[in-house]
Amino acid sequence: MDIDLLSTAYSILAVVAVGSALGVVFGRSPVASLLFMVSSLASIAGIFVILEAHFLAAIQVMVYAGAIMVLFLFVIMLLNLGHDYQQDLKGWAWSMVALFVSGGIGGVLVQRFLDLRGTGLSLGLGLPNGNALDRSIEELGALGVIAEPLYTTYVVPFEITGILLLVAIVGALVLAKRNVEGGGTVDGGAAGGEGGR
Amino acid sequence: MNAVLALSAVLFAIGTLGVLVRRNAIIMFLCIELQLNAVNLALVAFSRAHGIDGQIFVFFVMTVAAAEAAVGLAIIIAIFRHYETVDVGSFNLLKW
Repeated sequence: MDIDLLSTAYSILAVVAVGSALGVVFGRSPVASLLFMVSSLASIAGIFVILEAHFLAAIQVMVYAGAIMVLFLFVIMLLNLGHDYQQDLKGWAWSMVALFVSGGIGGVLVQRFLDLRGTGLSLGLGLPNGNALDRSIEELGALGVIAEPLYTTYVVPFEITGILLLVAIVGALVLAKRNVEGGGTVDGGAAGGEGGR
Repeated sequence: MNAVLALSAVLFAIGTLGVLVRRNAIIMFLCIELQLNAVNLALVAFSRAHGIDGQIFVFFVMTVAAAEAAVGLAIIIAIFRHYETVDVGSFNLLKW
């Protein structure tokens, strides 16, 4: 595709992603923060498309923006946090410290990435060069190129991932369920894992 | 420097800032997801230069993020039932 069009699209998506990320941090209500997060995730999915990671872009929209964010939304609705905004930013001094810490982390990351100059990642334009990857996408298709190593080299981590998800489901159920035997006390399940049995 | 890596660094820094300055546990969680996404972006950018393995890692990161969100939100629900708030400043049982 036209490289100028791609970099223009990339710039727009990057600005939307950063703006939405700031919206997540400084959003007035949890629901607003969550919707900003969805917008940030969607623009990151667009950047994945520009980087030719089509499968990940689809997963980003379906699993992240779809499933995980809806889970967050359910919890916000369940806890009834949608309205009556109260200021929950930490104090002025602590915010300055936080700004310094996160700025320092960002600076270190930028410095490390600057050191990567000349390892085949930096083009004049700024978008990475992906000739080898493009060739294997031609050969195997966008899905095949990720499925082939997933089911050969990485098959054991892939299966363990399934067990991890099962454990997460069972753990979430045990943690969040109400105590039904002990006379219906609401916070019996909250006191500890054993209290909910 | 690569534009995508710059964006990834900026998003990670914003996520860190969010975890540090907010007190609402759910928003802190969202900011952690933001950090995970920044790392995903960097991995996809690297996979352009170094082969498909970076994208496989992103796949696993997304799975772990889903599991983490489920368990973490269940913990937040359990804590909310106990304290009636999600303000992390009031979870002071382990403080001295």
